[in-house]
Amino acid sequence: MADVTSFPAPGPIGQAEFEANRRALERDRRAETRMRINLTLPALLVVFVLMVCPILWLLSLSVVGGDGGLSLENYALFFSEQVYVEMFLKTFMIAFVVTIICVLLGYPVAYLLAILPPSWSGVLMLAVLVPFWTSGLVRTFSWLIILQRNGIVNKSLVWLGVIDKPIPLVHNMTGTVIGMVHIMVPFLILPLYASMKAIDGNLMRAGANLGSSPTHAFFRIFLPLSMPGLVAGMIMVFVMCLGFYITPAILGGGKIKMIAQRIEESISLYPTWGPAAALAVLLLLMTAVCLFISLKLVRWLAAGR
Amino acid sequence: MESYVSHRDRLWLYIFVGLVIFYLVVPMLIVIPVSFSSTTAMTFPPRGWSLRWYEAFFGEQKWIGSLWVSLRVATLTMVVTTLAGVAASYALHQSSFRLSETIRATLISPLAVPSILIGVGIFFVYARIGGLLNTTAGLVLGHSVVALPFVMLTMSAGFSSFDMSQEMVARSLGANRFKAFLTVTLPQVKLSVATSMLLSFLVSFDELIISLMVASGPMSTLSRVTFATLRDDVDPTLAAVSTLMLIFTSVPPLLLHLYASRVRARSGRNAG
Repeated sequence: MADVTSFPAPGPIGQAEFEANRRALERDRRAETRMRINLTLPALLVVFVLMVCPILWLLSLSVVGGDGGLSLENYALFFSEQVYVEMFLKTFMIAFVVTIICVLLGYPVAYLLAILPPSWSGVLMLAVLVPFWTSGLVRTFSWLIILQRNGIVNKSLVWLGVIDKPIPLVHNMTGTVIGMVHIMVPFLILPLYASMKAIDGNLMRAGANLGSSPTHAFFRIFLPLSMPGLVAGMIMVFVMCLGFYITPAILGGGKIKMIAQRIEESISLYPTWGPAAALAVLLLLMTAVCLFISLKLVRWLAAGR
Repeated sequence: MESYVSHRDRLWLYIFVGLVIFYLVVPMLIVIPVSFSSTTAMTFPPRGWSLRWYEAFFGEQKWIGSLWVSLRVATLTMVVTTLAGVAASYALHQSSFRLSETIRATLISPLAVPSILIGVGIFFVYARIGGLLNTTAGLVLGHSVVALPFVMLTMSAGFSSFDMSQEMVARSLGANRFKAFLTVTLPQVKLSVATSMLLSFLVSFDELIISLMVASGPMSTLSRVTFATLRDDVDPTLAAVSTLMLIFTSVPPLLLHLYASRVRARSGRNAG
């Protein structure tokens, strides 16, 4: 809204009327702000009661020990027990591998989306969006059918003579990664595409004009300019992988335990909520750190030119 | 951005992207033929055809009951988040008071928080205060917090091209604020409102983790029953459920997307 309080200097009207007008406008502006804040209250209430308060509650639960006193024993658990150390390492490794594969698969798609004429890129965009909209449960189930022992992939590989007998593709790391990449690729493509779309095509043509080969122009001009979007997308995928639940639970067949599965398990495993709460707090911290780094990195990349 | 590289030089790019798209789109369609299989073996291609898995789905209380729970919860979540989200994004549009950016960030923040965290937190809170575990209200509140950011993002984009002074004009001509909003503002953002409603409905319908934490037994949502069946005893009814979910969750957004691009194209032509 236009700033109505910065009125021109008192002209023909006297100082008193001017003052009265100014006060009235000031009052009006305050009433407007109050009304706007009131309109956001229902939404704020939802977020506070159902997210902020529960997280604060988790924080307080995580520092309560088995005897009911204040202690850090729930956190100490993670460093003393081998299963937790392994679980953290596995979670990070899976998140890292999935992110890298997503970049390899997603970058070319985003690139093509950005350079195709609108009619074609619209069709390609739909091919990215439809899986994005489809329920993760449905997609995970599809992979279970495809990758099973006598599924289409194993049968084809045997028929082609690549393998002698069916290999385990599911209920293990392979299946988990294939299924997670499938869900995460659109999350990389969409922000990356948005940042590529903003790159001025004339820069590449200018590069060509000055004698650079297409490959050279891509690596010297396009790739650096797409870095902010790439980093934003990568961190988004990485963070989502850290807290991922459905796909590892199904395609990992109970053997792949990432943080989210462990949190769910801890609730039923321990008599107190402390360990589950501490794990949840740790996940929140890792997420916050990643997002913070991402924000700084993207700003730095964008400002560095 | 047009390019100066010939299509032939870029053939490998087209092939690679084609393969990625194949990987993204084709596997999830496999549930459709499998759902019409006549045998219990979930193989592709199926050995025979039948509708028995659809009959199993519609004949079993476990599935039908959870479908109703999901539809009820999703509808209520849609109402709650659309009302709260439209009001909030309207209030934050073209506003410059000190807290506005903080409020906006707060309302979008659930998107960045892993839902397992929200789920566990809500479970602990519900378990402590009582009365909300295994209730429709508990599920709706839990889903609202994850659906709200989608409404906020959609509506902010919708309002971004709307000039508030239009509403000022209506008010200066005698309409009260609410009437000005209903007759001047709302018609111009109705597509975004429709998108918000659809998104919040689908987010709730799809939501698994919070549903897993806060409701079980007869209050299980369809996603919860699907997940449990998928994890514990895979049966081909799942293929029928998945096919229905596939159609239900991807066709409405697809239609809305196509409609929105047509509207955009038309208004673009008018403007140009």
